[in-house]
Amino acid sequence: MLILRGQAIVLALWLALVPMRAGAEPQEERVDVKEIVLEHIGDSYDWHITRAGGRELAIHLPVIVRSRTTGWHCFSSARLHDGAEWEGLHIAAEGPYKGKIVERQADGSLLRPFDISITKTVAGLFINSAVVVALVLCTARWYRRRTARSDAPGGAVGLMEMLISSLMDDIIKPCVGPKYMRFAPYLLTAFFFIFVNNLMGLIPFFPGGANVTGNIAVALVLALATFVTVNLFGTKTYWKDIFWPDVPIWLKALPVMPLIEFVGIFTKPFALMIRLFANIMAGHSVILILTCIVFVTAKLGAAVNGSMTVVSVLLSIFMNCLELLVAFLQAYVFTMLSAVFIGLAQEEHEEPGETGVQHDEKLMNIK
Amino acid sequence: MGLLQPESGLLFWMLIAFVVVFFLLSRFGFPAILRTIEQRKEYIDSSLASARAAESKLASLHEQGEAIIAAAEARRTEILDAAAAAREQLLSAARERAEEEEKRLMAEARHEAEAEREAILNDAKNQVVMLSVAIAEKLLRGQLDDRTSQTALAERLLDEMAAQQKSCKSCTQD
Repeated sequence: MLILRGQAIVLALWLALVPMRAGAEPQEERVDVKEIVLEHIGDSYDWHITRAGGRELAIHLPVIVRSRTTGWHCFSSARLHDGAEWEGLHIAAEGPYKGKIVERQADGSLLRPFDISITKTVAGLFINSAVVVALVLCTARWYRRRTARSDAPGGAVGLMEMLISSLMDDIIKPCVGPKYMRFAPYLLTAFFFIFVNNLMGLIPFFPGGANVTGNIAVALVLALATFVTVNLFGTKTYWKDIFWPDVPIWLKALPVMPLIEFVGIFTKPFALMIRLFANIMAGHSVILILTCIVFVTAKLGAAVNGSMTVVSVLLSIFMNCLELLVAFLQAYVFTMLSAVFIGLAQEEHEEPGETGVQHDEKLMNIK
Repeated sequence: MGLLQPESGLLFWMLIAFVVVFFLLSRFGFPAILRTIEQRKEYIDSSLASARAAESKLASLHEQGEAIIAAAEARRTEILDAAAAAREQLLSAARERAEEEEKRLMAEARHEAEAEREAILNDAKNQVVMLSVAIAEKLLRGQLDDRTSQTALAERLLDEMAAQQKSCKSCTQD
């Protein structure tokens, strides 16, 4: 009830303010929704917070680049504000390197230096990583100070215990098999890392709001970690199943099945990467587009703008609730599939013909 | 396609961040949590098992108590039955003895009464005889004027007396 009333008040305020503002401001340039969305989903060298009183309020993040000709450069991104040039570097306004730092060469061509700047996504990544570490280490400290005979935890520690217990019992133990203790830290780290990054991405202002897990590089590293874990600890049976599976000999003599299985090694983590990246990116895009409805309809008069604002806010609320679910679901799915892949690579010698059935059963149980 | 191209800088930082997070959590975080959760689970399981054992023990104790009570009750009824039987036996014996005594006393009394009546009868008979003799004397003294009437009378009287005696005898025999 309280939340509903709060939403109603916010809505009423919004309704009262938005048309007034739209009327007061002179007609500015057209709202480019695509530009706004892409700018948010992509990366930037400073963390834009808001525009207050005609001034941009932004955190200028450090630029770290290494040029082949001039060596290392390290300075604040404030120096590159509004296309300014600093030490021969500037942010490209267009072209193939649009939005990235480029260096003007002696012959006038633009070259991209090796860029490890702390961009918005990197800063968000660091903040979220710190949150994950703090969350888990505080929980661990609580446990280290207590024994098995203490009371069960409540509050945040209780929440963490609930998540960890359910992950252990529902995913890790049944999927990984008897050696689950060896892989539990990785799987739990992956879950909490993705979950916290997803949730922080839903907070619309600093220190959240960075599109971290919706960035392909982040998803790539996560998928790579699963790939390494699966193949580094794969058993002899796992490799035999790939290169000499239990299929009719003509499927192996002409290496059809081994080829398919070998490609499968790479497609599994690739699917993990694309799934995580696409889901989170799409969620951010949809919420942004829905919010942009308010500004796109600003020129169409108070009545249209007001009603569309109501629609926009209602849809945004719905999408945010959905994204909360997706934030958990994507972390859960990533962890579950990683656990399944690790479990499949942990199969020991078994009777031929049984393994396939067991794999299928395992997958069925999970679904 | 810019979105699908992983940035080298981001890859670099992500790799470092994830490795650091993983190292910290897998070394100082999750093992401690998992260990304690596992221990607590074991503790809860063992507590449940011991509670179950105590419960079954209690139930068996209850059963034993009930068996003891049932045995005591059976013993009580047994004792009560025995007492009742003994009382019955005593009573019937006493009744028998009393009956016998009574019978004996009755027989004795009847015997005595018989003897008494016999005596009374004898006495009465004697008196009747004496009275008859006296009456007859008196009668005879009046009527025996002549000889014939004397004999006739005498004979008749004798007959009558004989008849009377016969009837008396039959009367006493009853």
